[in-house]
Amino acid sequence: MNILAVLLALPLIGFFVVLASPRDSKLPFFFAIVTSLAAFFVSLGLIGPVFADPAHFTSVLNLPWIDSTTFQIRFHLGIDGINVWLILLTTLLIPIGVWISQTQIRERHKGFYALLMLFEFGLIGVFSAVDLFVFYVFWEVALVPMYLMVGSWGGARRGYAAVKFFVYTMLGSVLMLGSIIYLYSFTGTSDYQGILNVFSSGRITISPSDSVILFLGFFAAFAIKVPIFPLHAWLPVAYVEAPAPATFLLAAVMSKMGAYGLLRFCVPLFPVGAHRCADWIVILAIIGIIYGALVALVQRNIKRLIAYSSISHLGFIVLGIFTFSQNGVDGAVYQMIAHGLSTGALFLLAGTMEQRRGSTEISDFGGIAPLAPGLASAFMIAMLASMGLPTLCNFIGEYLVLQGAALTHFPWAVFAAIGVILSAAYMLWMYQRTFLGKSPEPKIAMPDLTLSEWVPVVPLILFMVWLGSYTQSFMPPITAANAQLLEQTRISNEYRVQLAAPTAPEALHAR
Amino acid sequence: MNLWLIPLFPLIGFLLNGLFGKRLPKPVINLIGIGSVALSFAYVLFVLSKLYPLQAPFSEHYFTWIKSGALEIGFDLTIDRLTSIMLLVVTGVGLLIHIYSIGYMAHENGYYRFFSYMNLFMFFMLVLVLASNLLVLFVGWEGVGLCSYLLIGFYYLENFANDAAKKAFVVNRIGDFGFMLGILLTIYAFKSLDFGHIAAAMSAMPVETGFGILTLITLLLFVGAAGKSAQFPLYVWLPDAMAGPTPVSALIHAATMVTAGVYMIARLSFLYDHAPIAMNVVAVIGVFTAAFAASIGILQNDIKKVYAYSTVSQLGYMFLGLGVGAYSAGIFHLMTHAFFKALLFLGAGSVIHGLSGEQDLRHMGGLAKKMPITCWTLLIASLSISGFPGFSGYFSKDAILSAAYVHTPWMFWVGAVTAGMTAFYIFRAYFLTFFGKYRGHEHPHESPLVMTLPLIVLAALAFGGGYISVPNWLSPMMPFAEHQDTTAMAISVGFGIAGILLALFLYVMRPALAESLRESAGPLYTLIYNKYYVDEIYNAVIVAPLKYISRVILWHGVDEGVVDGGMNGLGRLVAGIGGLLRQLQSGSVRNYATWIMAGSLLVIFILGLAGGMR
Repeated sequence: MNILAVLLALPLIGFFVVLASPRDSKLPFFFAIVTSLAAFFVSLGLIGPVFADPAHFTSVLNLPWIDSTTFQIRFHLGIDGINVWLILLTTLLIPIGVWISQTQIRERHKGFYALLMLFEFGLIGVFSAVDLFVFYVFWEVALVPMYLMVGSWGGARRGYAAVKFFVYTMLGSVLMLGSIIYLYSFTGTSDYQGILNVFSSGRITISPSDSVILFLGFFAAFAIKVPIFPLHAWLPVAYVEAPAPATFLLAAVMSKMGAYGLLRFCVPLFPVGAHRCADWIVILAIIGIIYGALVALVQRNIKRLIAYSSISHLGFIVLGIFTFSQNGVDGAVYQMIAHGLSTGALFLLAGTMEQRRGSTEISDFGGIAPLAPGLASAFMIAMLASMGLPTLCNFIGEYLVLQGAALTHFPWAVFAAIGVILSAAYMLWMYQRTFLGKSPEPKIAMPDLTLSEWVPVVPLILFMVWLGSYTQSFMPPITAANAQLLEQTRISNEYRVQLAAPTAPEALHAR
Repeated sequence: MNLWLIPLFPLIGFLLNGLFGKRLPKPVINLIGIGSVALSFAYVLFVLSKLYPLQAPFSEHYFTWIKSGALEIGFDLTIDRLTSIMLLVVTGVGLLIHIYSIGYMAHENGYYRFFSYMNLFMFFMLVLVLASNLLVLFVGWEGVGLCSYLLIGFYYLENFANDAAKKAFVVNRIGDFGFMLGILLTIYAFKSLDFGHIAAAMSAMPVETGFGILTLITLLLFVGAAGKSAQFPLYVWLPDAMAGPTPVSALIHAATMVTAGVYMIARLSFLYDHAPIAMNVVAVIGVFTAAFAASIGILQNDIKKVYAYSTVSQLGYMFLGLGVGAYSAGIFHLMTHAFFKALLFLGAGSVIHGLSGEQDLRHMGGLAKKMPITCWTLLIASLSISGFPGFSGYFSKDAILSAAYVHTPWMFWVGAVTAGMTAFYIFRAYFLTFFGKYRGHEHPHESPLVMTLPLIVLAALAFGGGYISVPNWLSPMMPFAEHQDTTAMAISVGFGIAGILLALFLYVMRPALAESLRESAGPLYTLIYNKYYVDEIYNAVIVAPLKYISRVILWHGVDEGVVDGGMNGLGRLVAGIGGLLRQLQSGSVRNYATWIMAGSLLVIFILGLAGGMR
């Protein structure tokens, strides 16, 4: 039995079972948590094959799907070093999302759990799709439940937030669909590997202007999803208005869809287009890094602040991808996971604070560290990870991205590194105003994390430390798959070629 | 040799006290917190005795930390003669300060928290000094910065402590910005971050006469060093860092962490040797900071602030030593400074403890009789830092100033005058504390044995530490031509003694004269008393504009106005066109959602069925 098929089926089954279970009982939660945990354990089975052969698709699911005379599309999914950890991130965080929904969602639990299951189904599909059309379908499948979660369970301006989120994303996906169809019209396939084969065989050459147009079609969808400056207007309002579990998943997992799409499809399929646009994209990414950090600095709301900090961090991922260097791309993939863990944890904890205080305005807090030392410590660790402190996960990603940028074009690294200074400033200032200082008068109720609230926090912290201190558990498939990707597209910069040359000691010393 | 055990003990101490300390009784917390450092110290002694005489560096590789393409960074630890000094200073002085803390922190809340942070600091500091490559060093570097943040903000109910902690972290981050860029360029130039590897590559390279990549790398790394070691213009965080408990000031902000920048440059001496322009920058910044900070120290009234500016100034001396090529003299001073400055701070802590928290020199005085041990040990420390012949500071400062005399005479003269200022402000503080009449309202008492014992041990080291010839020990790594220039020696000693005598005259013999001098100095006094308004200038020139730009221009202007407003405007335009379709709009989000979900599911099923039928 194919692991990927099981993995994909589990949340879908979960979705229907939750829908079918009685409304006012524990059963919807029970089914949701059981299927999502089962999915997590099943997904562990993906790791072994990927380590054995990271540069090719493993656990492949390749079924005939649509076979008409005009369109031939196969249901083609696979796992390699680039997406394996994103799948695992998804399967790890969905049970956490289910768990925290118990307390952080106040009403209509059943529907929420059902949507979480559907969301997981969509995400696994997005991250494992090899066929572009399949990718597109899952992209939309993942979008809808998130839209509903924001729109029906969100805060006061949920309608506005949900519509904005939806319209922005739809706008991009329409362009992506157009590009997929256009591409299909002259390659005759929508299969990622098929297209690459067509290109590499030389049967069809894609003109540079077509490459740019197609690239931009995909890029639009992904850039909005990341989001890249200045397409980020949907993000702060969506992150703030979404219910806590949805914000958690939106920031931790869903924001990786765009970055993943850039790396998986945009760059290898349209290397010419990617190359031609790279300078502009890098500039936008760097603007995003600094801009997001500066705007985060002056936010008055915790969730909004983390939202803008996300824009800054996601800029690092985009920068890494468009350095086209081994280190930069490795760092970008690593940063996707790291950002998922650290920002996820921050939003999760912000959610528990919101639950206690009914607000996430910074001015409603202050001096709560003595009241809730556990919460303060957990928040501190997540914050330090987010600030890129070595031994925690984000440092690895940021360092490699900066290293890649420095080797490609040193000034990029100089500007991007400014974001690292600013991240300390906005985070620590927020922490000080929220947790430190004298306890507020009159006393506010701020109980510490309960055992049930520690449950999702502890694994996140452990993974942050693990990813930060022993990267060899995660990095080998990433770096192998990226090497293959860069090689395939022959756009890696010269440095990598030099480095890949036999590294005899004398060759290293010569300069 | 299992070098990893050295940092491991304090890490375990941190975890135990950090996770369970709340429920543990004090003796157990002490046992864990101090025992871990003691084990570490003992293990350092064991390792050094085994490896003596440590002719060649001894390295151990544990695991690959980061591997991406050809870039491979190992988690490697190395011990060589330079490391050996740092290890002994860090674990030895660290142990004494940990013991002292039992007494000093006895009545504080968060006792376990204090010891767990201190242990975490020891862990990162030991990683820093044992690192075999720049990135592992950076781990320790950032880690000690974190602990510094946590410990400066130890009294987190007080906002001045929180402000100081945040300032320390952010200013250090500015330095780390340079450090990180230096690391990135090192990879570019050497394809490795390994010290041994870079040293080997350097031996084949010519000295860089112009401004090339080596100069750029070394200058960027120096930016990092200037942040961590509080050199101009990034020194501003260190005086504020005195908001932390006094043992923290002694351990982190005097003896060990702040010397990390000096250590890093000495560690990379082979690189700096090839970049004379950078060397000059290091020397000039060092000597300027030494004089600048000493001048501020003269007029401070908070005893810890006096010592803090003194630390900034003494670190400047170390950088002067490095910059003129006398690396081992810089490290020598690092070591003696660790002894006498730790002693000064612990002594000050003893005074503060005895006066129930009073730190203002104007409310002290006449404590010599009440606190004899503190008084005598502080005298030794003060003589040592003043470079009084025979005391440890004399040897190390002399080594630096002699080298400066040969290298660039004007730097020697500035350094010598600064030595005079140093002696003056140190003895000003000393006399104001112990001489004259008691001017406060507390009941001064000598500190308990657990605090005075470390003082006595440190006093022995502050006196005798100069007889350990660090330059000789380091000579295989960093050649040092000893210039026993008697003229230079006599001049600097002369300035020092003059400073002591002036302090004696102004603060013991003619106290009224100091008062009238202050009035006649007028604006100059105000300028220096207010620390040249550097903080105010930074605030007005950097911090305030940054906040204004972020809030008014970027957030409200660009983000809400252009990015969001523009898109919403576009949306309204589309909505206007779409007005014809208004019939379909019921206005309920849930309604739309249901339609969209139903539609997409339908599409999926149809496609699925279509596939399935084939």
